[in-house]
Amino acid sequence: MLDITNLHATVADKPILTGVSLHVPAGEVHAIMGPNGAGKSTLGYVLAGRPGYEVSDGSVSFLGHDLLGMEPHERAAAGLFLGFQYPVEIPGISYLQFLRESLNSQRRARGEPDLSGGEFIKLAREQAGLLGMDAEMLKRPVNVGFSGGEKKRAEMVQMGIMQPKFAVLDETDSGLDIDALRIVGEGINRIMRGAGKGVLLITHYERLLEHVRPDRVHVLQAGKITRSGDIELARDLEREGYAEAAA
Amino acid sequence: MTAPFPTRRQEEWRYADLDALKPVWEQFAEPVTLTVGAGESLEEVWLPAAEDVRVRRVHLALGAGAKARIFALNTSPVYGRIELDVSLDESAEFELFGANIGTGVSTNEFVTNVRHIGAGGRSRQTIRSVLNEKAVGSYLGKVEVARGAQQTDGEQSVKAMLLDRGATANCKPELEIYADDVKCAHGASVGELDAMQIFYAESRGMDPASARALLLEGFVMLLWDTAKDADDIREAAREALRRVV
Repeated sequence: MLDITNLHATVADKPILTGVSLHVPAGEVHAIMGPNGAGKSTLGYVLAGRPGYEVSDGSVSFLGHDLLGMEPHERAAAGLFLGFQYPVEIPGISYLQFLRESLNSQRRARGEPDLSGGEFIKLAREQAGLLGMDAEMLKRPVNVGFSGGEKKRAEMVQMGIMQPKFAVLDETDSGLDIDALRIVGEGINRIMRGAGKGVLLITHYERLLEHVRPDRVHVLQAGKITRSGDIELARDLEREGYAEAAA
Repeated sequence: MTAPFPTRRQEEWRYADLDALKPVWEQFAEPVTLTVGAGESLEEVWLPAAEDVRVRRVHLALGAGAKARIFALNTSPVYGRIELDVSLDESAEFELFGANIGTGVSTNEFVTNVRHIGAGGRSRQTIRSVLNEKAVGSYLGKVEVARGAQQTDGEQSVKAMLLDRGATANCKPELEIYADDVKCAHGASVGELDAMQIFYAESRGMDPASARALLLEGFVMLLWDTAKDADDIREAAREALRRVV
């Protein structure tokens, strides 16, 4: 489903990714773990197409398309979703307006009809409810005044509304308390588990992986995948740390 | 007796469109006075009118502990001027949220003089301008803190977006402080939309043009976030943006 081959990327002329190769088949959840500065977030941004994150070599194929040749909004319409590590605040625009505009843009790009205001609000309320978020919060400006945990939960509500085919979730677990972590984990399973779907879960900690069992775990260090394994690898890392486990 | 017609040599009329003002000066020569008594509150929404030239000149006197909030949209096709002379007694609070939205050869401006007379007063002025073609949008704002008006807290935040090389934003925050224990902040910027906000919107599926239009809307709409009844000004601002962008 997502095939990353020998991906090299630079940020401000500094090489960050130095040859990442990764294959995520449909129906699987893969986790990427790694120390600070290893390039995890850069990988997420490169996949979503953030300006300034330059690919210097390698390729990424998404459902058979050349992902790197697409604009960020085309990637979204093709079914890619990036859950941001630091969701962005947009004062003056309500969450409802932002998400309705986003979803309908995607639908138009796919040749589907717009959702009406009523249909959209019903969908948004339902998804907020499933993630234990007060739907009234969606009337507020995008992420303004939200706590760290509320922002992460709102990212998952967005994912539930968009129903992407593939999600790259960048440290969605950071800033969540234990209960919120369980709810978000259940949300990921509910929204993204299934035939024809896939997830790349970027995380520092093994905790989230107890809720969202990954099929594979990869360790990203200094811009490369250095080890791959099953959930046991994540447990080893949690116990021993990256330096020890890499040895 | 009508007040003398202003000249450009007067700082507060420096960027005004005096040619447009001249034929209608008599009806605006005398400012309107609004008084908010001690402990009272006032919230007003000033919508634009259909006239080519629209001038509001208001003296606003706030008694001790009084509160006033003004939400104002300035989007005249030729000349729009919103002029406020505000005096704040002890612990009074004044907030102004204003937008200049202009295109063509229009001039829209806010000219304020906020005078903190009593101690412990608070004033907030937030102005946003969106200007296209040859439009001019200005903010000239003076905050005066009188001797004895200690613990005054004054803030001016002024931002403008220029959508065309021919558009002009003038911004002149001014402080005149005669007390030694006060907090007065001002910030001004003329610039671009936030790149991270654009990427966030695009990553959710909006094409670059739609993302920019939405963020520009947010740039103005944030002014009305705290208004009790913002529906009319929201709609008027949206319509003005559609005309200008």
